[in-house]
Amino acid sequence: MSLDSLLFQAVNGLASASGLFLVAAGLSIIFGVTRIVNMAHGSFYMLGLYLAVTLAPALSPWIGGAAGFWGGILVATLAVALLGALVEMVLLRRLYRAPELYQLLATFALLLVISDAVLFLWGPEDILGPRAPGLSGAVDLLGRRLPQYDLFLALAGPAVLLGLHLLLRRTRFGRLIRAATQDREMVAALGINEALLFTAVFALGAGVAGLGGALQMAREPANLAIDLSVLGDAFVVVVVGGMGSISGAYLAAVLVAEVKALCTALGVVDIAGYAFNMSRLTLVAEFLVMALVLILRPHGLFGRPQPPATTRARAEPAPAPLGRRGAVLVLVAVALFAAVPLIGQFFAYAPVLALDMVIAALFAASLHFIMGPGGMASFGHAAYFGLGAYGAAFAATRLGAPTPLAFAMGIGTAAMGATLFGWFCVRLEGVYFAMLTLAFAQIVWSIVYQWEEVTGGSNGMFGVWPQAPFDEPAGLYLAALAVTLAGLFLIRRVVFAPFGFALRAGRDSSLRAEASGIPVARVRWLAFALAGTLCGAAGALFAFAKGSISPEAISVGRSIDGLVMVLLGGVQSLMGPVLGAGGFTLLQDMVMRETDYWRALLGAVILAVVLLFPSGIAGGLRRAGNAR
Amino acid sequence: MRSVPTLLDIEGLAAWYGEAQILFDLSFTVGRGEAVALVGRNGAGKSTTMKALMGLVRRRARRMAFAGRDIAALPTHEVARLGIGYVPEDRRIFTDLTVAENLDLGRRPGAASLWTDAAIFELFPHLAGLRARAGGSMSGGEQQMLAVARSLVGNPELLILDEPSEGVAPIIVEQMIGALLRLKASGMSFLISEQNSLLCEAICNRAYVMEQGEMRWQGGIDALPAGSDSVGLFTKLK
Repeated sequence: MSLDSLLFQAVNGLASASGLFLVAAGLSIIFGVTRIVNMAHGSFYMLGLYLAVTLAPALSPWIGGAAGFWGGILVATLAVALLGALVEMVLLRRLYRAPELYQLLATFALLLVISDAVLFLWGPEDILGPRAPGLSGAVDLLGRRLPQYDLFLALAGPAVLLGLHLLLRRTRFGRLIRAATQDREMVAALGINEALLFTAVFALGAGVAGLGGALQMAREPANLAIDLSVLGDAFVVVVVGGMGSISGAYLAAVLVAEVKALCTALGVVDIAGYAFNMSRLTLVAEFLVMALVLILRPHGLFGRPQPPATTRARAEPAPAPLGRRGAVLVLVAVALFAAVPLIGQFFAYAPVLALDMVIAALFAASLHFIMGPGGMASFGHAAYFGLGAYGAAFAATRLGAPTPLAFAMGIGTAAMGATLFGWFCVRLEGVYFAMLTLAFAQIVWSIVYQWEEVTGGSNGMFGVWPQAPFDEPAGLYLAALAVTLAGLFLIRRVVFAPFGFALRAGRDSSLRAEASGIPVARVRWLAFALAGTLCGAAGALFAFAKGSISPEAISVGRSIDGLVMVLLGGVQSLMGPVLGAGGFTLLQDMVMRETDYWRALLGAVILAVVLLFPSGIAGGLRRAGNAR
Repeated sequence: MRSVPTLLDIEGLAAWYGEAQILFDLSFTVGRGEAVALVGRNGAGKSTTMKALMGLVRRRARRMAFAGRDIAALPTHEVARLGIGYVPEDRRIFTDLTVAENLDLGRRPGAASLWTDAAIFELFPHLAGLRARAGGSMSGGEQQMLAVARSLVGNPELLILDEPSEGVAPIIVEQMIGALLRLKASGMSFLISEQNSLLCEAICNRAYVMEQGEMRWQGGIDALPAGSDSVGLFTKLK
């Protein structure tokens, strides 16, 4: 590696940092005022990019190449801002008083809908944008040619940072944003129309993200995967920089982008006789940066400590013992599920579907354990599902381990991952926890995607077939049923054990629990590790059930599936996720295979659940029961 | 009763925090140019009454009229714009903003205000020297002055003060009483909640005594036994 290649990558890094910063800054401003983490923020970036690559060539014949290019960026930015305003007025306004989880899910549903809208409007192919007129050349610097547009972008980030700074300091709108970030009620009590302010702030944040995307048009093709990859990166940036700090977001964006650029610049490095391809380690580097910052400064570089939540706004219902009638119902359900293989000869598809439902039930129940009694809504639970699946698949195919051993190794892999990531995650609460878990899942996904030698990359791994007696459909199904029942039993025992009481005490009031001698962080860490381990068991079963495994098993989409299952069923009882998993699997099987636009459909389902059934199906049934 | 025309007329007010009902069937009035005290111990519902007026908690009433307008269904910012200035219990100064910026937020763009900066600093001379100071680095008394000033620039007809002397040095309380008396002389109406009756006795004409979310007593301020705090007062009433 030479000095000038380092410089080249450094400029490249700064150019990437600008785009990342714009998304993170918009996210941060919106969160500050509305307290909503907008999961669809990467979608605004993606829309900005798609609109720009379409508008710039369309405008150019009319107003000239340069004016068309910059005009396209401007119009794309304004269009995204307008869409942001619309989204705020139609959707978010109904959610300001809803629990955080619902806000996160609703904005994620928006991500799904936008993603399919883009697919519908622009098609699945990547679209290349025009190069910037006047900036398509290169500048000679230290004998190395640097692309002009990268230099321009490297300067655009600080320019927007300065612009936002002036907006916040020098204008009444900026003062309103700063004041509302601290105390929305008081702002309203001074006669300021909160609703209008929120709409304006959301439009501003969306527009800034749209600008970030539009500016990338001369650098990267518009594609459908950007929304999630940008969202994951933006979460890392916001967590590292400190939520609510615009300067922190810029510093973190530069830090993350530069560390990645440095890894790429280093290329293949000899360490102790081994050749390491450092450019493959960019994602690990991103993780290490985040881990280091969180260890040294848990609230990010420029973040302030969150005030500890002294009490939760709403009292959660305590988990209720089963009762005689409940026990009978559970036994009947278990007997029915155990009898499914008997009808397999008439309905060949029944055992396959039932196996999916059983695996989904364990997946959802493990998530419920940290969400309900733990109060930690993970947006990256699929990471442990994927680790379990890949661990088992690797052991079965590459190491030739017998099926039970491979199964155990899958669980072990998930347990190690959950223990490692959990240590960081449990230190944060609420939306910060959600963001960090999602960022970790994105990192696991990327590692699996890039580490072809071990994981098979985007193709995944094939031929993960179990050995006898699990090679028969009935054998595998009954084994999966037994594992899931054991998992559910374990969760139930833990919830009713002193450990479960400690977990719920920490959820309801971490301060009071600490003062009563409960080591809240350790209790949460253990719960997180246990949930990840059980989730890994579901993943390992999944690998054997499908016979193959691909990175899709770790996608954010799967994490969200889990959340939807739990919410469908209701968060605060173990029956909830089991019912929700069953219902969701059926729905997915029946409806979502029929259409190319299943994501939009899922989004619509999530929005319906969030807006209509705030306590899930099981909660709704219980309420109906009480009303009678 | 008195001959002053009614400015604020509340009848049968109830309010809730989540599921819990805090206020029960409150009725009270504030006349134009009148200062009314809400007296009661901690948790009696004084602050909630004020938040209910501003629409900051869920509320319902048979009648909620301010200057002849029904305010029961109005969102907070419209209640404020009708001319009610709210100075909350813990003052809620925007700590990241300077004194000047805090004042600026209270102003209505496009609406002329009697309360120019000059008029504000004439009423609270101490604030004039602190214009560039961040709200977070002021003393409790200074914050209290700023909170009152921030409400005044919005041109209110009625000032709602929640515990204005709590956590404020006695010398500042005296200055505050002076400023409030000048405001009253110029025609301002007040609703003031207090545990310490010194400020109320100096300013208020009438008092209502609250306990457990209900009105228990009302009468002229002179009828409140002199020097007694609300706890002592209520024990005597029993």
